Amino acid sequence: MNTFRDSVEAMIPALRRYARALTRDADIADDLVQDTLVRALRSKRLFLGGDLRSWLYTILTNLNRNRRRSLARKPSFAPLQDATAGASGTEAEGRDIARALATLVDDQRAVLLLVTLEGLSYREIADIQGVPIGTVMSRLARARAHMKAALEGERPALRRVK
Amino acid sequence: MTEPNIPVTEDELHAYIDNELPVERRGAVETWLAAHPEDAERVRSWRAMAEALHARYDTVADEPVPQRLEIERLARPQRRVLYGAIAATLAAFIAGGATGWLAHGVSAKPSSLQAFTLDALEAHRLYVVEVRHPVEVAGSERAHLQQWLSRRVGYTIKAPELDGSGLKLVGGRLLPGPQAPAAFLMYESPTGERFTLYTSRAAAPTTQMRYVTRASDGALYWSDRGVGYVLSGPDDDKNRLEQVARAVYDQTEKSGG
Repeated sequence: MNTFRDSVEAMIPALRRYARALTRDADIADDLVQDTLVRALRSKRLFLGGDLRSWLYTILTNLNRNRRRSLARKPSFAPLQDATAGASGTEAEGRDIARALATLVDDQRAVLLLVTLEGLSYREIADIQGVPIGTVMSRLARARAHMKAALEGERPALRRVK
Repeated sequence: MTEPNIPVTEDELHAYIDNELPVERRGAVETWLAAHPEDAERVRSWRAMAEALHARYDTVADEPVPQRLEIERLARPQRRVLYGAIAATLAAFIAGGATGWLAHGVSAKPSSLQAFTLDALEAHRLYVVEVRHPVEVAGSERAHLQQWLSRRVGYTIKAPELDGSGLKLVGGRLLPGPQAPAAFLMYESPTGERFTLYTSRAAAPTTQMRYVTRASDGALYWSDRGVGYVLSGPDDDKNRLEQVARAVYDQTEKSGG
């Protein structure tokens, strides 16, 4: 009887992961997940079969887009709390990847995360973003190229030194 | 069919590592990568990127789900319903026979007005924590806000003046209600204490004021000639909640439902 709710519940960890990577802020991320869950539970009747996972990612993506849109006119600040000294190698890498993610435009970041982190298909992402599959692929290509450049720029030690 | 002579595109390199490539092209891509070290390096860096993302964010999925995201909590937000002394005292200043519902007590099944109230409490909880965007239209545009909300909900919305309770209108927003659009007004005290008023057409005709509490929020709800009202606020001071609700009630009664 509660299979719908159970299925939604099973997705919470993955939704939190995606939201955290998307926003890089634990509180905003959980706010997004909470709003997503509330909407999903409330709109249960609107969900007619189909893929629950894609549906939840779609809600979260739209909510985040609304949030970003409403913030669009305000300056954005990169989080500084990660700048702790003495971090281990893994933590330093995590900071690099988070900073590189921050340099992406929203739609590209979402595509990259949905593909690599959440393992969704190009087709599913095209449906989630409401764009043709070719647009998903070009966003993905740009996201990867941009990330690569950002990550390499983050490590001056590996750059050529004159 | 293997066609190694067709040049490999960048899209195919992406599709290759994302398992989106048609099987018949895999061989061609692998042959291409063996012959093109720069592309092989790009593909390697994309894989490393994916690993770094997992290393950074998979821990989030492994964390215990925070209490506020527990599905039980979100699906059934009503923690405890107190029908009690406060309602009795309120009944004294609300016109109409107040004894009827008291007789029902806790065993009364949730009415549509109670469901309505839970929607209002949910909206309250969702928006009072919102620092930057608690409302769609700011209280400084009170006339516009009232005009807009009145048009959308289908009856006159007049934002109550709660200066007497030390509350200023932050603004309002339109929300989906159980049966019809709902108007949602937010008030704030100088110390940041927030109260919200949620109103929409309701199935209930006219009822006396009732009290409900959930988590750290309290609400007083009533309906007046087919319009429901829910005044929500912090639960720690019930007298204060009652005082604000009374001020709202007095003003909405005058403006008519």
